[in-house]
Order: sequence, then structure tokens, then C-alpha cells
Amino acid sequence: MYPKDLKYTEQHEWVRVDGNQATVGITHFAQDQLGAIVGVGLPDEEADMEKGSELADLDSMKTADQIFAPVSGKIVKVNTALDTQPELLNEDPYGEGWVAVIEMTNLKELDHLMSADEYEAHVAKEAGE
Amino acid sequence: MSMPLIFEKSKPGRKAYSLPELDVPKNESPDLLPDWAIRKQNASLPEISEVDLVRHYTELSRRNFGVDQGFYPLGSCTMKYNPKVNEDVAALSGFNNIHPYQPEELVQGALQLMYEFGRDLCEISGMHEASLQPAAGAHGELTGLMLIRAYHESRGEGKKRTKVIVPDSAHGTNPASAAFCGYRVVEVKSDEQGGVNLDSLREVISDDVAALMLTNPNTLGLFDENVTEIAEIVHNAGGLLYYDGANMNAIVGVVRPGDMGFDVLHYNVHKTFSTPHGGGGPGCGAIAVKKILAPFLPVPVVDKQGDLYTLNYDRPQSIGMVKGFYGNFNVMVKGFAYIRSLGAEGLRRVAETAVLNANYIMRRLEKYYNLPYDRHCKHEFVIDASRQLQYGVHTNDIAKALLDLGFHAPTVYFPLIVREAMMIEPTETESKETLDAFIEAMIEIAQLAETSPEKLQTAPHNTVVGRLDDVTAARRPILRWTPPEE
Amino acid sequence: MNYVPHTSEDRSEMLKTIGVSSIDELFSDVPSQVKLDRKLNLPPAMSEFQLMKYMSDLAGKNTTTDRMVSFLGAGVYDHYVPSVVKHIISRSEFYTSYTPYQAEVSQGMLQSIFEYQTLMCELTAMDISNASLYDGATAITEAAMMASRLTRKQEVIISQAVHPDYRRTLRTYAHNLELNVTEVPFKDGSTDIKAIRDLVSDSTACVILQSPNFFGCIENMALAAEAAHEKKALFVACVDPISLGIIAPPGEYGADIAVGEAQGLGIPMGFGGPHLGFMTCRKEHMRQMPGRVAGETHDNQGRRGYLLTLQAREQHIRRDRATSNICSNQALCALAATVYLSWLGKQGIKEVAEQCVAKAHYACEKLSEIPGFERKHSAPFFKEFAVKTPVNPEKLCKGLLEASILGGLPLGRFYSGLSDSMLVAVTEKRTKGEIDALCRALEGLV
Repeated sequence: MYPKDLKYTEQHEWVRVDGNQATVGITHFAQDQLGAIVGVGLPDEEADMEKGSELADLDSMKTADQIFAPVSGKIVKVNTALDTQPELLNEDPYGEGWVAVIEMTNLKELDHLMSADEYEAHVAKEAGE
Repeated sequence: MSMPLIFEKSKPGRKAYSLPELDVPKNESPDLLPDWAIRKQNASLPEISEVDLVRHYTELSRRNFGVDQGFYPLGSCTMKYNPKVNEDVAALSGFNNIHPYQPEELVQGALQLMYEFGRDLCEISGMHEASLQPAAGAHGELTGLMLIRAYHESRGEGKKRTKVIVPDSAHGTNPASAAFCGYRVVEVKSDEQGGVNLDSLREVISDDVAALMLTNPNTLGLFDENVTEIAEIVHNAGGLLYYDGANMNAIVGVVRPGDMGFDVLHYNVHKTFSTPHGGGGPGCGAIAVKKILAPFLPVPVVDKQGDLYTLNYDRPQSIGMVKGFYGNFNVMVKGFAYIRSLGAEGLRRVAETAVLNANYIMRRLEKYYNLPYDRHCKHEFVIDASRQLQYGVHTNDIAKALLDLGFHAPTVYFPLIVREAMMIEPTETESKETLDAFIEAMIEIAQLAETSPEKLQTAPHNTVVGRLDDVTAARRPILRWTPPEE
Repeated sequence: MNYVPHTSEDRSEMLKTIGVSSIDELFSDVPSQVKLDRKLNLPPAMSEFQLMKYMSDLAGKNTTTDRMVSFLGAGVYDHYVPSVVKHIISRSEFYTSYTPYQAEVSQGMLQSIFEYQTLMCELTAMDISNASLYDGATAITEAAMMASRLTRKQEVIISQAVHPDYRRTLRTYAHNLELNVTEVPFKDGSTDIKAIRDLVSDSTACVILQSPNFFGCIENMALAAEAAHEKKALFVACVDPISLGIIAPPGEYGADIAVGEAQGLGIPMGFGGPHLGFMTCRKEHMRQMPGRVAGETHDNQGRRGYLLTLQAREQHIRRDRATSNICSNQALCALAATVYLSWLGKQGIKEVAEQCVAKAHYACEKLSEIPGFERKHSAPFFKEFAVKTPVNPEKLCKGLLEASILGGLPLGRFYSGLSDSMLVAVTEKRTKGEIDALCRALEGLV
């Protein structure tokens, strides 16, 4: 449920690191909490992101939520397939449901992210509350 | 059978309209309307005969459920009977065929009505001045907050006071209105009695708070007994109190927001004062305020000078306008007619009976459904489906099953602080027999949940369509008809 | 009067079931120091007959357009409302229903909203429509806020030739949201396009023009849209739907959002409300559109049905991050517009528009023949125009009342530079005889 090769944030985003490029998405837990995702507000390509700033906006049937940039940098790629197929976020959150690729400007920020094990513990705690 | 759209009944050359022969010479000069100003492709409006047009919309009306069809216990919406005489008076030519820019001396009746309606609304709420301009409750909320903001700005505290406190049980419009007034929303938790948690309130209150928004009774249908204390805490910090009047039907004639310490309220005239909801509007969100907020009211304000009623635009501290002209006048006519036909005693009886009816249903249902807050309710109450959940039956299933039994469903999944919430508001106009029939239906559903939950999970069965695929509708929105490809 | 059905027997049985001895007990949680210890100070209750009399007397104090020939417009027009409209919206299945949350028992209202959306898309030549907004003034305001969200920019440019109430409403809202509103001047009754070019910048969210504008002039919307788009600002077109029977619609000149007041579509003037705000936009802006919207879907047996959709934009889900605080729409007014447009049909909407043009131009020509009268502006117009008068227009309008004519709107009230002019509106309802009578009456007054 939480691939070992990814890094995670407390707000349930995942990050796949490839050199200075970070692919970002939401975790299985996040999509499960949201329920059927029906719309996505995607950022503009080329936009500069500060860590923690709003990256995308998600609409589900029962709520609306935001995804925050887990790292700072420039957005180099956006998954525009989500515009017409928001269900990819539910069906394949770590694959075709990726949200954006950020070209990182500060690799040190990665140190603050969680490992899969740490994240799993975080989720267990949150679910218990 | 799905029903064709009006466009699917269209046939080229048919028409319903008639217009007089053009009796002026037609100026054919091409300069009249230059080519760039002319429409290139005609709008494809349907072509249909008048009788088929009437049958189409009559048939559609038969696929719609209103208060005149049956019991409509939709919580927080006050779906009471809409008196027919109010429709008749509102249809008078003298209230319809008048232009808002007609000279004041030609619309004295309309202005007098607005003036008196405003005075009545002030008396009923314990306030000093009113504005009838807002078009609906949410619009009234936004306007009220704008007044609060203007008030703080006039005292040089506009920049400092950036927050509006909203309880977690509030209507969604409260935080949305606050945000659209440029405020940051701070949520305050409810206590175990369903009221505002005073400790949480004390924690968040400070001199950066512009206002607290409260509905009392709240969306759980519970009266907050600490209301005077809440008012004191907020006022002591320099903040003002906003009263969300959505639940006025519970207290009209019994207790007044102004006396509870509130500085401004909006009415949902279409709730408390019986004007029809029209399938979602038009409404009237009149507001009334204490003296301190009066200078900031939107313009124009109806004044009376001697025997003459006037529209006063000369209010230098006014926030301006929040919509065109003076508000939804025709809705005011109906609300005013309602107040005047009931009078003081009639209005008090509204609140008393609304509260009686709600408590009656609540007590008769408590054996069958979980009651998250067990105390006298006001005009509405909240139950949840936690007992039914063990059989896999959700609130939504219960709501849909009610449709099969000839009732409109209660408000579901609101307030957000109760899981599987179902909010029931019977209103004062329903007889004991109607309430009993609804109670029996709810009991039957509770029993079905145990014996044959699948019947509920697949409901409704008797409606013109079954449960609709809302997920696909949202993911692949089809928001207009398009002609089939040839 | 009283609409409470309980007998005293009902009441005591119910109290017994609840387990209290009086209704007052149910209010025991209301602190006694705030309880009202007297009756509300309201006039005594009236019977139905008394009420009817009282209200008829009030209504009788208004002089209606039944008794006057009206040339007053300025955003509210005396168009003909066909009988079918009144009959359909008087069906209580429609007017006593709530917002159609329970779709299975609200297919009538939902389908009519879907039809309304289709009609508005057709008229404006835009992709999608919401289920309606309060009125023209708030529709323009919602459009400006929507453009600001879409572009993440805070500058709004609006023409001074847009209805003064609309601009005033926009300014009221903008003040709280730190939107900066700049007004573009007009020249000879039309918005100064060059001034738009000078004002639009990289921080402009949108440019808003009305056409026909407040003076009735048809604006060169294509040029204005181009000026906005050059700087990636959105173009908001505020239009009169009746004019779209023949005048180019927003979709044909590149508008991003179209809004306006649709009172002309089967809704009485009614002293200014309720009227009908509308909004249509391009598909890509759908998620930032405010207000309710109906969509088509299928039920569990494959039958076509309609429901309110895209609700995650709205306040009951998104709360303080909603696209608007708006909750209701003007559903019954939208139904009136739907019936009206279906009554007119493809040909009728054109013919109404053509009659407006013909009659307004005839009136303009005839008025200009009176010594001292001339049209104030030179741009093409639709059904309304400003005319310069040799005598103070306020005085003229007063004089016209003697002839049972509701003259135009003296413009000095809104534009100090135009105090020598009045705005004259001529709908399809006006006859040659009435227009000639207006001219004769004016001749007599100068």
C-alpha cells in the first residue's frame, strides 16, 4: 500500500525522486479518505512552488481538499490526463494518478520527508484518532 | 421512461409565439447594425406549439415534489405551507408592473410596504434598522459581515480585525460568506451539549476577531443557553455578533436576537415568513441591525418624511450596494402579507408549534434511532443512523426509502459534526396526523433495516428515476443538451 | 389568520407524549432574562379578506405601466410576458419545492434547469451555464471574482458605460477582497478601446464591458476582447439576452465569461426584483464557476436523469474555500426564462429583437425631428438610446406624466456630464401610436 521507494509527507503526499526531479502524488490512504475523486485543479507548468504552497486542488463527492508541494522548485510536468480522468487518483495513485513533477531547487528538503515505514506508522496513528 | 427534453420535441417551423405586425417602417439601412455587430449563427431554440409547450412543463411539474404534494421535513429549510393568498396579493399588477426608476410619488405603495416590512423585521428581531436589499440568506450574511467590517474600519480597526469565528456546526454559508468578505475563518468546537464550547471560544478570542457568527438554536436544533455569556466574551474583545437567522422559526415572538446580544442578523424570509422556495429561489435575505451598524447599511434605505416615503441614497458611510435596485421586492410582498395576517400572537404560535412538532417526532423516534443530543430540541432535531449502520444501512438509504413512502427526505449528512446525520424539521403547519404518518414510515424503515436492508439500499423504487450515478455525473459533466450527430 | 392545524386535544396529546406539561417547558433552555416578556408590537392579525383589501390598497397607491406607456429601461424592460409563463411557474409542484437535492423527486425542476442551461449556452454561444445567479449586478461581480481566481490576479477593469448599479455592487464586494477596480472612460457613449489597451497589464484579471451598454450602444466587443487577451486577462461580456436574437453573442467574439440580467425573458419589472442573473463560460473554466449547476446522468436501470453536480465547488462542501457563498439561485425565474424562450423559439427570439431594433430606431428618428432634440451618441444601438433634450430632462419627464407617459431616465442622476440627456427604451410592446404620442407630448413641452 505504501511503496518502499517513495518518500511521504504528513499531509499524505508521496514523492518519487529521480535526480533533481520529484514526482508528486497522493497516497492510497489519502484517496481512500477522499472517496471518489471527481475533479482536479492542476497547477500551471513552469510555475514556481514553495514547499508547502498549494500544488493542486481535489474535489471528491463529499469534500474538497488541497495537495501541498512537498518540496520547492519549478513545475516541469503536469498530469493533464487527470483533467478528464480524475478517477486515476483513486485507481492508480502511485502510477497513472501522479499529479506533477517538480524540478527541485533544494534537495535538502527531502530529508524532512518520511520513509514508507514511518508513514505507515503516521497513518496508523491518524486512523486511530 | 425517461422524458424527452424540450429540444427533442422541436420541429422546424412550429411556433408558440405571437407578436403584433411591425407597425413602424423598417429601416433597412446597413448602417443601422453593422456587420460586426450581427449574430452569425442563429441560436437553436426549440420550435414547439403552445399546447405541447404547456404539456411538457406540466409533465415536468408532475415529476417534482413540493410542499403542496406532501410533508417536507427538510432540516434548516423550514418548508412550511406557503399561503395561497400571499401568491394572490403578490400577483397584483400594482406590485408587478412598476419600474424601479419610476418617480417616487408613483410608487408610494411599494415604498410604504418596504418601510413597514423593515419596521416589522426590526421589531421581530429586536433591532433598529433594516435593509431589504440582499436577495437570499447567504447574501444577507455577506452583507451583514460587510457592515461589521465597515464598522471596524470606521474605528481604525479594519486592518487589525482579520478573523471571524464560526462554530463547527454552522451552515456552510457562514464560513463561505466570511471568506468572501475577506476574513479568515476560525472554527470553534461544540461542547457535549451541542453548544459553543466556551473554553475554546476564550482561547480563540482576541482583539483580531471581527465577529462571531452564530445561529441559535443551532443546526442541531439546540438552543445555546450560554448565549449571553458568548455575547459578553465577544463584545468584551471588541468583536460583534452575527446572528444567522436561518432558524428564526424556532424563536419568533419568544426571544429576539437583538435581546440576546446580537448586532446584526439576516432573515431567510422564504423560511420564517413562508414565501415559497421556488425550487431554489428567489428568496429574500433582509437584514436588521443595531444602531451602531445602521450608518453602513446598503443604499438606498427607505425613509419616511411626513407622509411621503423616499429612497435615501445619501448615506455617506454606506457600504454601497450589494445588488441592483432594492432587493427581491415581490418576495417582500409575500413575507409582509404573512406577518400582517398572523400578527404578534400568530407569529408566537408559529415558533411554539414548530417546537412542539419537532419534539413530538423526536420523542416518538428515539426508540428506533440514535439521538446524539438528548435534550429538548427547538424547531428541528438531528438523529443519526448509527444503529442502522450495523445492518449496512446508511442515512442516504433511509432518505431514499422515505421518497418511496411519499415523503420528502430530511436534510442528510448535515451538520458535519454528526456522522450519518439526519436533520428533521417538521414546521408548524403540519397536523398531528401527518406527523404520525411520517413517524410510522420512519419506524417501518427502522424495522426494514433489520429485516431486509437491501430494500433500503436500492431505494427509491417508486420514483420516476432510481438512484442516479452522481460520480459519473461529476467526473464526466454533461451540463447541456447537444443535438445528436447526423 | 393562522396556518397551525392543531386542536387543543392534539396539543395536549403531543405534550403528553413528549413528557412535558406545557409548551413553555420546551423553551426552558432560553434564559429568562432574554425572553421576550411582552407581545411583539405588530398591527393586529388580519383575516384573508382584510389582508387582500389592505394589500390591494397598497398596490393601488402605485401607478403601474398598465396605466402609463413606459419608455423607461436602464436595465429593467417592459417586454411582453406571455400567459404560458405565468401558468407554468404558478404550478405549485414547482414553486413550493426546495432546491432539488433529492434528485429522484425533483426531476421536473432539474430537467428544467438543464434546459435553461442549454438555452443560455445557445443564446450566448458559450460552452456551459450555471443554474442562474441573483441578478445582473451580482452576476458581474461573481464574474470578476471568478476571473480573479482563474488568473490569480487582483486587477479588474470595467467600463464606465456599464450599468451604474452593477459597478457599485462590484465595488462593494471588491473592497473586502482587495480587488482593485479601475474604470475605463467612454467616448461618445462607447467604451474607449484605446484606454483599455493602456490600462490592461500583466496584473489584470479581467476586462468587463456591457453591450448594449448602459446608453444602449453596441460596443465593439471583439476589439475589447482582443485587448484583454493580449495581456492574458479574461474578457467578461455583460449582455442583454433579448438582443442576442440578432446581435453577435459573446461566444462569437471570444468572451471567456458571459453574464447579464435576463429579466426581459418573461419576468415582470416588479420594482426591481426578483430578476434573473445568468452566467455562461468556457468549458475550461468550469471548476471556478460559481452557483448551482445541473447535469445529466443515468440511474441504476440506465434511465436518463438529472441532478445537481460539481457540488465540490459550493459552500456546503468547500465552506470557506467555496467558489461563492451563494446558496440559492433564482430557480423559478430561470424556469420563467426557459418557458419564455421555448415559447419564442428560434424565430421568435429573432423577431422580438428585430422589432425592438425597428421600433427603437423609429422612435429615435422621430424624436430627432423635434427641434432641440437629437441623439446623444453615434454608435449603433439596439433598443435603447440617449437623447439630448433642449429642456432639463427631469422637467420633461414630469410633464410627460400628465400625458400618462413614463418618459426615459434622466441621465444626470448617474452621469453629471450627461445631465442634458435622457435614456429612452423602446421594446416590442411599444406601438407606432405610442411613439408618436411621446413625440407630440414632448413637442408640447418645449
